[in-house]
Amino acid sequence: MSFFIAHTVHDALTALSDGARPVAGGSDLVVGARHGKAPLPPHLVAIDRIAELREVHHTDSGVIIGALVTHHDIEMHALLTTSYAGLADGSALVGSPSTRNVGTLGGNVMNASPAMDTGSPLLVLGAEVELQSLRGTRRLGIAELWTGPGRTCAEPDELCVAVHLPAPAPNSNSAYLRLEYRRAMEIAVVGAAAAVTLAADGSISAVRVALTAVAPTIIEVVGLVGGTVADVAAAAAAAASEQATPISDQRASDRYRRHTVGVMAGRAVQAAARRAGGEMIPVPLNRAVGIGAAS
Amino acid sequence: MSQPETISVVLRVNGFDYPVAIEQGRNLLGVIRTEIGLTGTKEGCDDCECGACMVLLDGQPVNSCSFLAVQAQGRAITTVEGLMPADEMHPLQRNILEEGGVQCGFCTPGMLISASALLSRNPAPTDEDVRIGLSGNLCRCTGYTKIVAAVQRTAAEHRG
Ligand SMILES: Cc1cc2nc3c(=O)[nH]c(=O)nc-3n(C[C@H](O)[C@H](O)[C@H](O)COP(=O)(O)OP(=O)(O)OC[C@H]3O[C@@H](n4cnc5c(N)ncnc54)[C@H](O)[C@@H]3O)c2cc1C
Repeated sequence: MSFFIAHTVHDALTALSDGARPVAGGSDLVVGARHGKAPLPPHLVAIDRIAELREVHHTDSGVIIGALVTHHDIEMHALLTTSYAGLADGSALVGSPSTRNVGTLGGNVMNASPAMDTGSPLLVLGAEVELQSLRGTRRLGIAELWTGPGRTCAEPDELCVAVHLPAPAPNSNSAYLRLEYRRAMEIAVVGAAAAVTLAADGSISAVRVALTAVAPTIIEVVGLVGGTVADVAAAAAAAASEQATPISDQRASDRYRRHTVGVMAGRAVQAAARRAGGEMIPVPLNRAVGIGAAS
Repeated sequence: MSQPETISVVLRVNGFDYPVAIEQGRNLLGVIRTEIGLTGTKEGCDDCECGACMVLLDGQPVNSCSFLAVQAQGRAITTVEGLMPADEMHPLQRNILEEGGVQCGFCTPGMLISASALLSRNPAPTDEDVRIGLSGNLCRCTGYTKIVAAVQRTAAEHRG
């Protein structure tokens, strides 16, 4: 049994190569261990004090979000809540203020739950994760990272140091919506994210849609093409319901999930298009237009 | 039988340093209540759902039931007992009593912690902001309305 607090990435990588597991906010790892989901790893390295991983860098090619940036940081961030609104829609829905205060983007991504709220937004935004170990650094598309529920292709000695998002194209934006039975402290019953680019005539020239909690991992809807907003929304809804492979559990039946994920996908396309057209829909979209909206 | 392995750490709670020897997996809540002896912080669900265990870590709310005590070393921990110096009531405490926001009282310490974090971030919250700020705290008695009123009264008093 050991517990080590890392202050630098190098300290953390050394601990990982010696067999320790990382704990950031602990809101998956510690909560899961207390439930008996998996025992707490005997050797832990706390990474939450590595200051350089707590930063958001805006560059010419996009934005680099450090792995320790919290959901609270994201929901408050001026650039992320506007230009990368779909991601902020997801982070702002996570748990309660305390969950968002401790829960990190890196932890959400590496925990690889098919119900994770930042997953489908990151996928449609074209995110890449940067994994680092004492052996070197690699970057991979986020969809390649997730190999199954709770599983990633990262090696045990690799630390997720950052998530890279490319600069959005002009006249583009994103949105994420989840179906929930109450307005806070929920897990997505299903969810959908969309990123769209508008042409000069207001139609959609490029679209990506990804789905939450309807497959073993976050999945991208394939086969979508541009068109009017209404047509793309309808096509996304139909394709989402068709391509989803949901399970039945205590939260929802597979049929209900298959139907509602289409509804969420259509609405996400419409909201992303409104944002891309310059309309300010505040984060999280759920509170503005979704299930559980105030009015 | 061998003793469970312990780690010696110093926890700073309400401005005082407490040296404790604890196992790696001990939760902060248990150490605050048992080793340190401050029982204002409550255990409800032990699952980050109810908020009875809420404390501040460097001024931000955290569910102490599921936070590793060893991970809290070197950080400022504030429990409900530390909201104000001994024998004085925090305006939130006074107002939650006066507004009738306390019935059984079990959720109250966690509510006070979340409310104080909210008001330090947002001194002029809307009712919706208050409800979001308290969304990690369950109350089975009051129906929340009087708790929201107490937070709003505190905010208004503070603005003068
Ligand atoms: C009450 C409650 C409500 C929640 N609600 C939601 C919700 O609505 N939506 C949602 O998506 N999630 C939710 N979660 C889950 C959790 O809060 C998030 O997934 C959070 O982002 C996890 O981050 P963390 O820093 O706490 O991760 P940790 O628990 O510290 O780590 C999670 C896993 O990732 C690994 N890990 C962490 N950081 C790294 C890194 N940088 N590199 C490599 N591996 C790493 C850890 O070893 C561990 O296996 C909730 C949790 C709770 C307790």
